[in-house]
Amino acid sequence: MPVTLERVTYTYPGASAPALRDVNLRIEPGELVIVAGGSGSGKSTLLRAISGLVPHFHGGTFAGTVTVAGLDTRTHGPGDLAAAVGTLFQDPETQIVMGTVRAELGFGLENRGEPPERVARGVEEAALALGIAHLLDRSTAELSGGELQRTALGAALAGHPQVLVLDEPTSQLDPVAGDELIGLLRRANDDADTTIVLAEHRLERCLHAADRVIALGDGAIACDATPAEFLKWAGRAAPRLQTPGAQLLEGLGLAPVPGVKRARAALRSRNLLPDRAGAPEPTAGGRRSRRVRSSAPAPALELQGVWHELRSGPSLLRGVSLTIAPGERVALMGRNGAGKSTLLRHAAGLMTPTRGRVRSAGRVGLLAQNPVDYLVHEHVADEAPASALTAVGLDDPELAQRHPRDLSGGEKQRLALAVVLGDGSQRPAVLCLDEPTRGMDREHRARLVALLGALDGAVIVATHDAEFAAAFANRVVLLADGAPIADGTAAAVLSGGSYFVTETARILGGAGAALTPADGVALLAGGGRPATPEVVV
Amino acid sequence: MIYRRRTGPLQSARAAIGCAYCLALGAAALIVSNPVVLGAVVVAILGAGHAAGVGRELRRAATFAIPAMVAIAVINALVTRDGLTVILRLGDLPLLGHTDVTLEATAYGAILGLRCVGLILCGVLYTTAVDPDEVLRLFRRVSYRSALTATLATRMVPILIRDSRRLADAQRCRPGPAPSRLALMRASTSGMLDRALDVAAALEVRGYGAARRPGHRTRTLGAARAPLSRHDLAFGTAAAAVVTIAALARWVPLAPFSAYPSLRAPAGAEPLAGAAALLVCALAPFLDRRGL
Repeated sequence: MPVTLERVTYTYPGASAPALRDVNLRIEPGELVIVAGGSGSGKSTLLRAISGLVPHFHGGTFAGTVTVAGLDTRTHGPGDLAAAVGTLFQDPETQIVMGTVRAELGFGLENRGEPPERVARGVEEAALALGIAHLLDRSTAELSGGELQRTALGAALAGHPQVLVLDEPTSQLDPVAGDELIGLLRRANDDADTTIVLAEHRLERCLHAADRVIALGDGAIACDATPAEFLKWAGRAAPRLQTPGAQLLEGLGLAPVPGVKRARAALRSRNLLPDRAGAPEPTAGGRRSRRVRSSAPAPALELQGVWHELRSGPSLLRGVSLTIAPGERVALMGRNGAGKSTLLRHAAGLMTPTRGRVRSAGRVGLLAQNPVDYLVHEHVADEAPASALTAVGLDDPELAQRHPRDLSGGEKQRLALAVVLGDGSQRPAVLCLDEPTRGMDREHRARLVALLGALDGAVIVATHDAEFAAAFANRVVLLADGAPIADGTAAAVLSGGSYFVTETARILGGAGAALTPADGVALLAGGGRPATPEVVV
Repeated sequence: MIYRRRTGPLQSARAAIGCAYCLALGAAALIVSNPVVLGAVVVAILGAGHAAGVGRELRRAATFAIPAMVAIAVINALVTRDGLTVILRLGDLPLLGHTDVTLEATAYGAILGLRCVGLILCGVLYTTAVDPDEVLRLFRRVSYRSALTATLATRMVPILIRDSRRLADAQRCRPGPAPSRLALMRASTSGMLDRALDVAAALEVRGYGAARRPGHRTRTLGAARAPLSRHDLAFGTAAAAVVTIAALARWVPLAPFSAYPSLRAPAGAEPLAGAAALLVCALAPFLDRRGL
């Protein structure tokens, strides 16, 4: 049965403006639909309306009709809809409620009163479909972020829902796990004819798998089209929603198409696809460190053979040696669990190495993944000194009197950054940020790049976001199993692989070390190589 | 301090038996007063924890429980007026008035403290060695929502511990003076409420709000219960034996003890035999590790 929304307008309790405005929509069974839009555009609210959380869980003012699997959500709450709608949110940690993966997968079926043999079968099939059969008897407390998200997806799929709604499910995943998740969704869609509604900021990750894209703006539907048509529309009306691949093709005068494969085909058809020229070779961490020591006067941060060994379990860091020069912009990349956050925590002095040494030229500030942890006061003005608020662009007097928790996601992050920066005399010599672009739209990412670029001192960012790293960093360190496996210029590292690379580099196969659409256009239209950024040491 | 799946005889027994075993040890700690037998109960709990692979968790809990035991002993010695053997005359103290510390009150306070340690360790043994998901299944027949709510409440604990660690780390990254405790408490409470809301939303969309008891087919098709394993039988028997020995020690009495008016704890073969029997019964099921 289709999902239909008729003239749906919804306002959250206490909100002055509606989050959804007069939305009319019909999603056919078996469609894979992507919901695009900037932060606050109404994506999550739309998904929550389909799963019945709006209005039953959130309250507020609701007008119109939402029908899912033949059930009207005005009269059927999320509990009633659970048999037909599987839901997956951003944070897997709060979605896992049982102690083992097996119990987690069976939880929804047991809630429906299914007999044990049907529960067992549902659990087994979901585990096999998602490749987590080996995890079934593992404790959920021991799972990595990617495994948790797969388990949560398995729990949503175990009951064979007609509709699956997912709210930025890849935002906490590394590119490998993110691609795997999108592949799994496509398979669920193909094999079981499950209707999938997926909200996502990083469209380049999922657009190729979609049948249709719905773009929301200010709570209303701005575009409802196929992925290729959506990209054309985005080029005209909402450039911030365009994927880097589409920008590259449009820059060359070609019609934008979703996905790396189709983009390559489009370039090949015009004889524009270059040979895979070798990108500059990244250097190994150790060699690089020695070179820096011999030439640089005083590093901002130096890690010498840092190990972090757990009493029982694997080593989180294995002899990391890294030297960061003043003013350097470094992106730390790697899979979930590679040791990025641990390295930042050691840099900030929150952890003590079991072996090795960490030295810094001054204070090391750390902005961890959740900015709300830094916000403890009643007013924005009380959180940070005025100079820090000015530095992050939060010096508006009206804003200063607001409660920090009432700010938007991007504003909260800037405020937390102001807290870490402190006043002029307290400015850190090294600023570390852990996954700052998680769940952030492209516009906010661009603002963050500009903000970090204006700061003094060295900046180290742990991120999965290759596009952000390409825009922000002049050096990229790739970690695996707690040790650097590549360390070089952004152009060298981000163009020389399959996963930790930008979409442009993926399309061009690393040719000319082009990372951004502008680089790619310069390379292909100009016939020359773009300027390769150098490492500042 | 959460349940992790491990391989061991106690973990191989079904949750109902695991619960019964932990309850029996807890009941023994409550029933017996003789210090020799009560000490044996605490040693049995520690031994069971070690054999179940959760010794570290129990030792960590003991580091918090032992100061509590000392505190109970001191408070009892200060506030109890019973007992004939005065060991310390403190004179007039503010709030407490004239205070004489007696040997009996001190000894009884130590017994209360030891009992408290036993109960805390028993709780930790249950939390870390008995699968809460199986317990949920066990109790859902009685009261599904209460069982689930209780299980989820314990599940929130590790999440909240992680959140509070993150909050503490964030405050360490703040330059300048630290925020007041009130501000931190307010922030952590708001964080907890946010977390609880997230979990509640996740539960709603998983059908918790409309949770149904398993239907008629469940009872007919699922009625074939698995036979008791040798671990079930061993731990079930051990639980019954522990409670029986504790009852004999208290009420026959094999190991008599009275604190007031004067201390009476005869040290003979019977309390020692009772303690040894309790230890053997409690720990014997762990010897069978065949096939694990």
